[in-house]
Amino acid sequence: MKIHEFQAKQVLSQYGVPIPRGEVATSPYEAYEIASRLGGTVVVKAQIHAGGRGKGGGVKLASTPAEAEEIAAKMIGMTLVTHQTGPEGKTVRRVLIEEGLPIKKEFYLGIVVDRGTQRPVIMASPAGGMDIEKVAAETPHLIFKEFINPCVGLQPFSLKKLAFQLGLTGELLAPTTKIIAALYRAFEAVDASLVEINPFLLTETNKLYALDAKVNFDDNAIYRHKELLALRDFYEEDPLEIQASRSSINYIRLDGNIGCMVNGAGLAMATMDIIKLAGGNPANFLDVGGGATADQVRNAFKILLGDRKVKAVLINIFGGIVRCDVVASGVVEAAKSIGVNIPVVVRLEGTNVDKGQDVLRNSGMKFTVATGMKDAAEKVVALAK
Amino acid sequence: MAILVDKNTRLAVQGITGREGTFHTQQCKAYGTKVVAGITPGKGGTLHEGIPIFNTVEEAVQKEGANATVIFVPPAFAADAIMEAAAAGVALIVCITEGIPTLDMVRAMALVSECHSRLIGPNCPGIISPGKCKVGIMPGQIFKEGPVGVISRSGTLTYEAVHQLSGLSIGQSTCIGIGGDPVIGTSFIDALTLFNQDPETQAIVMVGEIGGTAEEEAAKYIKEQMKKPVVGFIAGRTAPPGRRMGHAGAIISGGKGTAAEKMEAMRQCGIHVALSPAEIGETMAKLI
Repeated sequence: MKIHEFQAKQVLSQYGVPIPRGEVATSPYEAYEIASRLGGTVVVKAQIHAGGRGKGGGVKLASTPAEAEEIAAKMIGMTLVTHQTGPEGKTVRRVLIEEGLPIKKEFYLGIVVDRGTQRPVIMASPAGGMDIEKVAAETPHLIFKEFINPCVGLQPFSLKKLAFQLGLTGELLAPTTKIIAALYRAFEAVDASLVEINPFLLTETNKLYALDAKVNFDDNAIYRHKELLALRDFYEEDPLEIQASRSSINYIRLDGNIGCMVNGAGLAMATMDIIKLAGGNPANFLDVGGGATADQVRNAFKILLGDRKVKAVLINIFGGIVRCDVVASGVVEAAKSIGVNIPVVVRLEGTNVDKGQDVLRNSGMKFTVATGMKDAAEKVVALAK
Repeated sequence: MAILVDKNTRLAVQGITGREGTFHTQQCKAYGTKVVAGITPGKGGTLHEGIPIFNTVEEAVQKEGANATVIFVPPAFAADAIMEAAAAGVALIVCITEGIPTLDMVRAMALVSECHSRLIGPNCPGIISPGKCKVGIMPGQIFKEGPVGVISRSGTLTYEAVHQLSGLSIGQSTCIGIGGDPVIGTSFIDALTLFNQDPETQAIVMVGEIGGTAEEEAAKYIKEQMKKPVVGFIAGRTAPPGRRMGHAGAIISGGKGTAAEKMEAMRQCGIHVALSPAEIGETMAKLI
């Protein structure tokens, strides 16, 4: 689960990470008021779930409250397009107004679980402010990594090492180690999949701040952090994806016109791939779950048909433990109850496949029965044209 | 021969009295797996479907000689179940449970390594040596005994690959679903190493997906160490970056982990890459 910058800063601040003074505005007048309270130059930052906001015009300086109001008026309601939003962009509904801080140097701090070592890794770089992926690709020697042994946890030597690598020594050593330790505490305490401070700012007055922050939560661990669920912003999510998650269906909307309904995530991805190979474009990723029960198939149909771009549907079910005839009955029942009026290609494989195909053929509905994934993909691509 | 599970496997089921646990225990038994014990805390001393139940894994090891466990307990308790099995000295732990918090798995893996147990999964269909032993939730009837080892990150896509192989009369020595999570017990390289040493296995199918760099590392191992031909497939070439494609581990992040990168790395290391998921079986048929 993703959250906004201002929320990430609030979370990190609870664990002791220093953040600039600031407040969120949902109207230009509020922006004016906040800027007046903060005094001096302020930064107006669009709050959307995507990076690259600066380049897209979503971060601006204002030297007076009136200017902050003016900028907020333009920003709130605007569609911000960045390299992470996709071409359709995202609508800005809120702006964060923060005190302007004099920049001396920008650093990077981040923590994720490293898959290779299966340990949390703290990443730090003196090349902050930039896209860290670019730093990793072009100047990997500027990224320092400290792997944390889960049995003993984060130890002071790791913190000192990182601070020295960043060149934050002398009077800055103690505050730096304290902030990295706070970031790690936050990472563990909220079950984050990522915490990131970029830039991690050193001011002209030698103070350190999280100038921008990002926190992603591990979806598998959200159940034990009910308080974090309040931070979810449904406006940032696709309504069909929200509907799907309520039925425990894994659905991700894409931009093609062939709806896919598959059991299992790997097979679902492979089905999208073979549609593309056959010259078509998948409209979505959809995993109905291993069982593919009639209820789940019905829910999945509703979601697929909720996407107006969908011109044809491909159902690809590998009936393993669940028998194909049971799956087929579920598909027929669901299609009848919903009234599906676009072409549906069904490919069933596994136990009782012949019986399953008979159920489809005798259903009185116009299913196209396919044999094999390739055949199914070719048939659905032809029907979607 | 096969790897990890065979006629000598004495299986204990953790979470045997739940719906999933009960059903799949029956299925494993019907396939011929020796299910010797079940573990449900508080129900020790009773019988469930004729199988003796113990409160702890340790008792199941001591009293029934269990040398493998399969875990069906809910995600909030699954990492603890893994650690319990490891601490009890169980050599092979198969965790089917999906949705375990990543940081729980980080801690669990630390103990599993220390205890020298082997964990398969979590979030996987399990492991099967056709005709000998099934420890997991896969449909036994689609498998066939033979010379090909199968390693995969996903469930139903594995069935698809196996179905194609069996349909071409190519049997399997052992099939391992290693799981779709970011932190897993057995990697592609671990499984490849075992297949490399197994005299019965003559070739390998490796089914990967987007996310992480496990396939690239496996490709390097194959180039340097593998004595047997490998067919590969990567799911998710149409997946958009930054979106989790069902599996917690299937996500392209930071421009890394794309299908194109993985396929290229595999090709360069001499792996026979199937472009289409429908061609996994045929690609293997041409090799053996």
